[in-house]
Amino acid sequence: MTTDAVAKIIERCQALYEDLDFEGVKRWKAAAPGRKAVGYMPLYVPREIIHAAGMLPVGILGGGDQLEVIQGDAYYQSYICRIPRSTIELGLTGKLDCLDGMLFPSICDVIRNLSGMWQIMFQGKYVRYFDVPQNFDDAIGGEYYVRELQVLREDLAKLAGADVSDAALRGSIALYNENRRAVRDLYAYRSREPWQAPTSEVYLVLRAGMLLPVEEHTRLVRDYLAATAAAPRPKRDNARVALTGAFCEQPPLALIKSIEMAGCYIVDDDFMLVLRWLLDDVPESGDPLHNLAQSFLHRSVSTASKFEARREDKGKYLVQQVRDTAAEGVIFAAPSFCDPALLDRPMLLEVLAQHGIPCTAFKYAENTGQMAPIREQAGTFADSIKLWSAA
Amino acid sequence: MSTPIAMPVSKKPPAPVQKEDAMLLQKEMINSNYHDLAVAHDVGRKISATFVPGNLNELLMCFNFARSLPETNALQNALRKRTGKMIMDAERDGHSEDVCTYVKADLGMMLGGNLGPTGEPLPKPDVLLLSYTGCFTFMKWFELIRQKYGGEAIMLHVPYQGDGRIAPNMRDYVVKQIKDNVIPALERISGVKFDIDRLREYMRESQKAEENLVRVLQSAKHRPSPIDGYFGAVYYIGPMFTAFRGSPEATRYYDVLWSEVEARMRDGKGPITPEGEITEEKFRLVVEGPPNWTNFRDFWKMFSDEGAVVVASTYSKVGGIYDFGFRHDADRPLESLAEYCLGCYTNLNFPQRIDMICRYLEDYQADGLLINSIKSCNSFSAGQLLIMREVEKRTGKPAAFIESDLVDPRYFSAANIRNRLESYFQMIKQKRAAQAATVH
Repeated sequence: MTTDAVAKIIERCQALYEDLDFEGVKRWKAAAPGRKAVGYMPLYVPREIIHAAGMLPVGILGGGDQLEVIQGDAYYQSYICRIPRSTIELGLTGKLDCLDGMLFPSICDVIRNLSGMWQIMFQGKYVRYFDVPQNFDDAIGGEYYVRELQVLREDLAKLAGADVSDAALRGSIALYNENRRAVRDLYAYRSREPWQAPTSEVYLVLRAGMLLPVEEHTRLVRDYLAATAAAPRPKRDNARVALTGAFCEQPPLALIKSIEMAGCYIVDDDFMLVLRWLLDDVPESGDPLHNLAQSFLHRSVSTASKFEARREDKGKYLVQQVRDTAAEGVIFAAPSFCDPALLDRPMLLEVLAQHGIPCTAFKYAENTGQMAPIREQAGTFADSIKLWSAA
Repeated sequence: MSTPIAMPVSKKPPAPVQKEDAMLLQKEMINSNYHDLAVAHDVGRKISATFVPGNLNELLMCFNFARSLPETNALQNALRKRTGKMIMDAERDGHSEDVCTYVKADLGMMLGGNLGPTGEPLPKPDVLLLSYTGCFTFMKWFELIRQKYGGEAIMLHVPYQGDGRIAPNMRDYVVKQIKDNVIPALERISGVKFDIDRLREYMRESQKAEENLVRVLQSAKHRPSPIDGYFGAVYYIGPMFTAFRGSPEATRYYDVLWSEVEARMRDGKGPITPEGEITEEKFRLVVEGPPNWTNFRDFWKMFSDEGAVVVASTYSKVGGIYDFGFRHDADRPLESLAEYCLGCYTNLNFPQRIDMICRYLEDYQADGLLINSIKSCNSFSAGQLLIMREVEKRTGKPAAFIESDLVDPRYFSAANIRNRLESYFQMIKQKRAAQAATVH
């Protein structure tokens, strides 16, 4: 392997990232008659069920900084974040016509309301608001969630025109377990040797997972790991930071690059949590829906859209992430007008302060163009970390 | 922690306000509740805080809790022009300018010593009953309070009606939470054993009051309407949506209110506003979205000056949609509480909300729809521009859009709102003239 191999992988991922016409999805559908694709928005949906129904799960993360939003702005006031308006733009300009359905996970009121808007604006498509429990007792939230999963399974079977068997679900769970293992390995590798796996690359490799079939994405992650490990790069004296708050509307790639150029190694993040929502393998034998529910209830990430049942647990997950990845500080990068992230921020800041973990915070939009202030802020933060650690 | 800053106080004396008997009665009830909260710990009572949509007031009464509702604390402070400072104090304490101002007003009030709207102290709640219904922010709000001031938060997760209906799984989930989580926690915190017959008794009281509330709200179908179904209705829903539903005081309040409204209807009178009675009803409107509280009286006056009466509103359904048939049912208490929580307005999906507004326009013979879009409230506001388009398309009636905020005075621009309203009323007149010309 050489740096060329890395460059080729990243070039492919970059092309997928820029493909707002979803040509890859169209090609996948055209490859066999009757194939269907179902879109999903952040944060989490059980992609295993879509896959087991023979369909392609497609992550929809807005239009980024490449899409000019014209019609979408007519649906939202100035004080609403950008992801719903660019998603509507994608829909109204026909770019999402290749999707046969859309899932809107329980993340915030804006995405929740977008589910109903989608029902009105794109009639004839399958649309579901995918609610998840905020009660984590097996007998209460667990039972409710298993039934919700069953509804989704039945809906998707109807859309696919064939039953979704337990065996198919178990097979899909096994494939997604492999994918989660690969993504975990990628995160662990980046945390160990961040100079070898810059986040501007890792991000693109992860983004590819929003579009590619799961088996292909797993191979891509493994190929990237092998390629980059074989091509040593210089290690810099950067500050190691964890980035948090970017779990829904995505920052532009230039923003990630700016943070890195300012002297930070991003050693953990909360981009595209769907890839890592379940923290370890879902059991591959037994009742598949029960297994998915158990993983969701007891072995999943902690984030702003999830209720923290005990006060003492608030921020614990983030602090643990910082410890596990040996991060020296935290960057809160939240989208403007993002209720979950911005309401969570003061609580997390307080917990980090209690643990003596330095942090800085800024807001962005998916089309933020001015990077100089962010570079300056991240640079100052990196410098201050270096100064403190030297002291 | 930031040091709270001083704000200038207006020296202009307010003009005298006209009030009906029911309003005076309600004022007494509110003041008395704030006093109960202030002295609760002194007399050995525990305090609960819970949100308006999906509030389990009857259940909380079973455990003798003194009951606080943070949204109403914020709006009561806003009506008294106090929230500007509270919000700025919270922002100086690290809260984003982008997020809900109810939350910031509440946190700002706590930063300033936690004196309630009547000037009496609001002691720290012993339990935060998180009725997570129709608003994501509620969850963060109580996490924030718990983080800063302690107390136990009990989650009651109410699933959203994404498919436009209450599925049995949703109802069962809420019932189980009430039965297995909420009630045992309330028993433990209050030290009072749950008595289901006591709950049934309160629910029977609720039903009586609900019948009268519906009569009051539906009186606006009459011409002229004896009530304002938005500005006036926020008073009418007060006891029902807050700490009083299920109590004999609430039943008495709604008896008094209905007899007043019935008399006004019989006499062909219009609504009472703070400036006096509307003697000529020129426009009949349906309003979507919460009101602005910081300039409530000025806001209402912009309508009443033009003879505009709101005959129905969605905000007056935020704590329960009674006019489409829901009643608390003492024969199936927990299921009924669950259905109440699931059925609040902001827990409805978009097609349901649009259907409801179209139905109001038809049933109340309204001239058009006005949307007051609230910066703080994504639950209401995200997507309202689509609601406007859809309602216009389906009903052919004109719709207009104004923007303000709940309790942040920085987002109330009287001149802009007045201009838009004047244009809107002009549009309705032109539409009427065009229709009249077609008929003749």
